[in-house]
Amino acid sequence: MTSTVQAAPAMNSTPEVHRGFWALGWRRLKRDKIAMVSLMVVGAFLAIAIAGWFNIIGDGWRKEVAVPYAPPSWLAQSADETLPPAEEEAGARSDAPIVTMTEAEDPIGKELAIARQNMGKYASVETPLRESLPFGGDLRGRDVIVKTIKGTSTSVFVGIFGALFTLLLGTVLGAISGYFGGKVDDFLNWFYSVFTSVPDMLLLLSFAAVAGRGIKTIIIVMALTSWTGTYRLVRAEYLKLKNREFVQAASAIGASDTRRIFVHILPNISHLLLVQFSLLTVALIKYEAILSFLGFGVGVTQVSLGSMLAEAPAELVQGVWWQMVAVTIAMSLLVTAFSLLVDGLRDAFDPKANK
Amino acid sequence: MSQQETLLSIRNLNVRFKQEDAEPFHALKGINLDIPKNTTVALVGESGSGKSVTSMAIMQLLPAMQTLIDPASQILFEGRNLLELEGAELRRLRGKDIAMIFQEPMSSLNPVFTVGDQIVETLMLHAKLSRSAAAKRALELLIEVGLPDPEKKIKAYPHELSGGQQQRVMIAIAIACEPKLLIADEPTTALDVTIQKQILELIAKLQARRGMSVLFITHDLGLVGEFADKVVVMRHGEIRESDDVKQIFENPQDAYTKALLACRPQLDHRPLRLPVIDDFMKPGGYVSAGERQRGYSGDDEIVLDVQGLAKSFDIRHGLFGKKQFHAVKNVSFKLARGKTLGIVGESGSGKTTVGLTLVRLHQATGGKALFEGKDLLAMSPKEFHAYKRRIQIIFQNPYASLNPRFTVEQILSEPMMLHGIGNNPAERRKMAQDLLDRVGLPARSLLKYPHEFSGGQRQRIAIARCLTMKPEVLICDESVSALDVSVQAQVLNLLQDLQDEFKLSYLFISHDLAVVKHISDQVLVMNKGEVVEQGNADAIYRQPQESYTKRLLDSIPQGWTGGAPVLA
Repeated sequence: MTSTVQAAPAMNSTPEVHRGFWALGWRRLKRDKIAMVSLMVVGAFLAIAIAGWFNIIGDGWRKEVAVPYAPPSWLAQSADETLPPAEEEAGARSDAPIVTMTEAEDPIGKELAIARQNMGKYASVETPLRESLPFGGDLRGRDVIVKTIKGTSTSVFVGIFGALFTLLLGTVLGAISGYFGGKVDDFLNWFYSVFTSVPDMLLLLSFAAVAGRGIKTIIIVMALTSWTGTYRLVRAEYLKLKNREFVQAASAIGASDTRRIFVHILPNISHLLLVQFSLLTVALIKYEAILSFLGFGVGVTQVSLGSMLAEAPAELVQGVWWQMVAVTIAMSLLVTAFSLLVDGLRDAFDPKANK
Repeated sequence: MSQQETLLSIRNLNVRFKQEDAEPFHALKGINLDIPKNTTVALVGESGSGKSVTSMAIMQLLPAMQTLIDPASQILFEGRNLLELEGAELRRLRGKDIAMIFQEPMSSLNPVFTVGDQIVETLMLHAKLSRSAAAKRALELLIEVGLPDPEKKIKAYPHELSGGQQQRVMIAIAIACEPKLLIADEPTTALDVTIQKQILELIAKLQARRGMSVLFITHDLGLVGEFADKVVVMRHGEIRESDDVKQIFENPQDAYTKALLACRPQLDHRPLRLPVIDDFMKPGGYVSAGERQRGYSGDDEIVLDVQGLAKSFDIRHGLFGKKQFHAVKNVSFKLARGKTLGIVGESGSGKTTVGLTLVRLHQATGGKALFEGKDLLAMSPKEFHAYKRRIQIIFQNPYASLNPRFTVEQILSEPMMLHGIGNNPAERRKMAQDLLDRVGLPARSLLKYPHEFSGGQRQRIAIARCLTMKPEVLICDESVSALDVSVQAQVLNLLQDLQDEFKLSYLFISHDLAVVKHISDQVLVMNKGEVVEQGNADAIYRQPQESYTKRLLDSIPQGWTGGAPVLA
């Protein structure tokens, strides 16, 4: 923020450490055990997410490595006991060609015959499909764990970048509105009112319906619909802070409006923005899940926690629960850890709030 | 008066506050204090002395989570140890036998209930009166505390009353149940000097009429001479001196008490330098350095010539209408180089608006401010930028005027950077260091953040920030009002030294008449946006011409008046 004024190197090699606002907050946060555990969980998720973005892990989520709806390994034992007869039966049937017409009657009979002859040549060296997977497989026999990792990665990506865009939009508009006031404020407030008058989900869905599917579209759509909360918060803070004496003092020494907005006031609300960012990330991860569940989310070639959940209803009918459970565990762990972290951040950086 | 029956006695009170990452802070170090019946005891000390902690401990209002009270401590009220009372018993005592009034009447009254409701509630709760009886009693109380037009004001909401009236209501609530002990925690600090006098008179009158005891807590020793029976001086959680008021004022034993009495600017003389606490604490004691003469002479060079300055605000009136509120009307003065012009007035007099308008933090609506023949108020913002460095302002609250996220170096370098002073960061750092040294702060302060400094130190930083631009005119807007008297003396001395050294001109705005008298050559008295009187400081204080000025001067606390009852 204050690149113009670099911190001086220690003079006279003083042993004192002068803690700024963030260092003090961090010290408080470190004492909060719940927040630290949450931070570790969130950190682990972030590591997974980043590794996922660069395709270091979870890249092979599309590979069909097992039989459809392969059960989790730790259930396979019992599954073997009940399934084999049925499966053998099915296997036996599938081996024999299903003959309903003679070759002569069949219009493509000749081609089929050739194809059957060449079958051996083309057959790829296919790894045999596994009967079970550590946490089961989906309809196409894809590994649920890998899929969840990739899905989490996508969801966190959407959540974080969506939150960043939202924050940027809300902060800039809120700062301008609160700082300048007057006509600008009136106009932006009117704009804000229009946006908030439409129910959130409806707005989200209509934007999504127009914009189509894909990760970038979701991020933009969510930023366009979620900025209002941040706007209101930032505007109120600027209204309050612009009349503070240190801002007046900055004006008296000749700091420009831009400098006052971004160098003097913004750092003083940065802790609120951090909390807001974390809240938004959680909210947007959930929004993404809802959108994808409804089919407005990520594209068909991508996977996210929401699109995985979208497959759950059909699976549950057949008693296949592991994909849904995997998503639920990942998502609730992430959201809970994030929410607890937000609480911790708020206590650490805004200590007045709970006194 | 000394051998009276004791109402409240504090024995060996030890209070510690838990800290985040340090040993608990020892706020009260085993204090002993007696409050006899039918007596006013003044508890005097600067911030951090533990005077408020003492009163909170009596009321059991200290935050339980953070407070450690030594088990051997005792607060005996009529023989019962308050520290051992709990729940209902404590609540019955609080409010009925012990009542308290606070510094900020506005925040102590509930804004959504009428004044009458709030008194009635107290009466119904503690005196077990019926609603109609309580309402009748409430009216009597309001009459007793001298609220003007009580029949109408009983139905008023707190915001409809002035600060002084609110404090009267607070007092009415406090005395509603005829307490045996009234604790008044800085009850007049937020009030104007004329109102302060009225409230003090009221408390003294009520004390005498009802025969209750009053524990009066204040930072201003000068205030208590007129009505306290006993004075207790505290510092750093210890009692330095405790004696009858006469003894304290006429023959103080403790060096700190002597210092407190001396470092407050006096109306009757003007030392070259104000004595500070250290002068008294060092061996040998304080030696006066002589008097300073002040006033404009005929041939002063005029730096700033303000003519007919006016400022009005639009207030919404009705649905669409606007009304003009004239905060400043036709104010003219001349500020000479190396001299100080003091502006005094009560709250709402427009004195601060004058200062803010001159540095264009408010846009003036009329008049001129000539600086080197150019009108500062008519310049374009771009043109004015060059003049900003030459006319600077220091604000009242040193806690609010420094950006909490900047280090001292950033705070001091910024104005230099904005005005192209110094060629590179290293040069600016050197200049910042020199200035810190000049205002009496160590060079290593550069790396610290504002929260690591005390109030007085922060005000020094704010002064250093102005000095970076080598201004010619410095507007001090209540710059020492938020500081303790001892720190106030230091900052006033610093301002004086800087004026002598750099030939600075000060526009010194304050509600404190003694401080203005001390530092000013000329004084401008303002009331309701208008100039009441203007002239050389000594002349005005000696022979005020206008009745308003006279009233203002009469309200100044006289300190010890030799035992003559000033207050009826």
